[in-house]
Amino acid sequence: MVCGIRANGMRRAALWFALRAGRRVAAVLALAACYAGVAGAANVVRDDLDRDIHFEHAPQRIVTLLPSLTETVCALGACGRLVATDRYSNWPSQVLALPKAGDLDGAEIELIVSLKPDLVLLSRSERITERLAELGIPSFALNTDHYADIARNITTVGNILGVADRAAILNDTIADEVRTIGAQARAARHGPAPAVYFEVDPTPYAAGPGSFIGDLLTQLGTRNIVSADLGAFPKLNPEYVVRENPDVIFIADADAQHLSDRPGWGDIRAVRERRLCSFESDVGDTIVRPGPRVADGMRALAECLHRVDP
Amino acid sequence: MSARPASIALHAGRLIDGDRSRLYAWLAVCVAATALLTGASLVIGTSSLETSLGWLTSPDAQSSLILWQIRLPRTIGAWFAGALLGLGGAIAQGVFRNALAEPYLLGTASGAALGVTLSLLAADASIGELAWAGKLGVTGAACVGAVAAIVLTITLSRGVLQTANLLLAGIVVAFLLSAVTSLLLLARPELWRTMQSFLLGSTGFLGWSSASMLGIVLCVCALPAALFARGLDALSLGEDTAQSLGLSLAVLRLCMLGILSLATAAAVGEVGVVGFVGLVAPHLVRETVAVNHRQLLLGATLCGGALLQAADLVSRWVIHPAELPVGAVTATVGGAYLVVLLWRRSRRE
Repeated sequence: MVCGIRANGMRRAALWFALRAGRRVAAVLALAACYAGVAGAANVVRDDLDRDIHFEHAPQRIVTLLPSLTETVCALGACGRLVATDRYSNWPSQVLALPKAGDLDGAEIELIVSLKPDLVLLSRSERITERLAELGIPSFALNTDHYADIARNITTVGNILGVADRAAILNDTIADEVRTIGAQARAARHGPAPAVYFEVDPTPYAAGPGSFIGDLLTQLGTRNIVSADLGAFPKLNPEYVVRENPDVIFIADADAQHLSDRPGWGDIRAVRERRLCSFESDVGDTIVRPGPRVADGMRALAECLHRVDP
Repeated sequence: MSARPASIALHAGRLIDGDRSRLYAWLAVCVAATALLTGASLVIGTSSLETSLGWLTSPDAQSSLILWQIRLPRTIGAWFAGALLGLGGAIAQGVFRNALAEPYLLGTASGAALGVTLSLLAADASIGELAWAGKLGVTGAACVGAVAAIVLTITLSRGVLQTANLLLAGIVVAFLLSAVTSLLLLARPELWRTMQSFLLGSTGFLGWSSASMLGIVLCVCALPAALFARGLDALSLGEDTAQSLGLSLAVLRLCMLGILSLATAAAVGEVGVVGFVGLVAPHLVRETVAVNHRQLLLGATLCGGALLQAADLVSRWVIHPAELPVGAVTATVGGAYLVVLLWRRSRRE
């Protein structure tokens, strides 16, 4: 009950008392009063689970359960308001010292509760959101699947944190950088758009054009060998990759060495001419996380593309 | 099937003529299905039927690569893997004298999964102690894991004489090794997707080297299995009867379990944990014809091969150019078949 959490102590006590006394009418009245009272003054923001979340004041004790959200909060200059992050968050380095509250699928509820956060930022995950709500901890869910989500989430988080101006500036900066990198990449290329295959997993799963990574590759003027209707991360028939004969393959370093062991893959242009792109894990983070460092990730992709496919 | 157990037809291998011709007809159906599926596998893939047919008539470099280096070894490898699983299933059902026994009963699947996890961890993190697993690659590590699981099971059950102990030990080992796998994966959740692909089975990367390896293992397994099949016939009359016929239970079981482990480990190593083929193939044979064990082993081998070949075709056809995990296909079809079997049997009773 979001209102209950936001409401001041007295109102909360009254609500509790009314419920305990079993006076339902009184409870409903108190509830209505609380809603009316908060809705008037507070900042109401709708999250991606379609819940209207009321913020009476900008949150000061925040837990993030996704690296991209941690990075978003920090990029908005609110790193100091974080009290815990998920276990994958590793940027900026100051979040490394914070308590680690598990991850979306295995959040450490007890740790989160003990930190008394006034906001938990997460992506859509019904189970943990419900559990947090039961425990009276406000949470805010954000989709982080696409490139467009980055700017949208920065704006939303900026609104919630009361730093909307900063969010607008950050968004402009990111948009400028991304536009520049994309334009430079397209301008520097002599031949036609290279066909690319981004391998997410060697079994083989690809990043389709509908995924965040696919978005970046498209903006760099490449042609994804996977069509959009296959979904964000389709499991491909390996034969398909051979048939499409990509010019460049993005792949994990460990898998890159064994590419020619796969039946027929030795004849793929990217494998034959070693036009392969692999990234160190810290650079890889910027590529796979739809967050404020997207321009860094895109630059890394562009640099490798330029190196192997001039 | 239960009304006419395999053991009745076996009295010194004398089959009534009608049964024999039914058996031959059944084997012919299996062979014909395999030939048909192999042909179909050349034209079913990521391209349309017309394109594939065009490739067959006028091939260029790329299309002949896809036809002869990808599609053909893939379907042949799938046949061999399915055949090994069918053979393993028939052996398991004979050794345990239980129609619900299957090749993974002794913990092979969990052992193979653990091997794969270790090899993935080793490849990714270059952990010194796991260097062996990294060198073996996923396939080798899966084989080693499967064989290790069986050895552990047999050690735990103190030999092979007590079937109940063996089954129990198999279950314990399976749970234990799965738990270790899960714990290891907790540390590296990003490996889950690869693991999941392995656990659901995949025929996608079968090339000529894999197919020929599976073929050799099948030969190595099938010949001794055929030699020991008579023993399984005797065993199906009961352990006491078998022993009174002068059969050494320990030798028979050990040899059969050795063949079972080799067959399962090779198949799991190459295609992952493909379920239900080993369970369903012997059933299909017994359901259609009354047979002795030698014929059952042959029939289940041919049938298992055709089944996995068909499942492979379905997995690459349904949502092409994306692909379904082949184990999901076999589990769906095999599960449905078992439901029908159960329903028919309960109605008969």
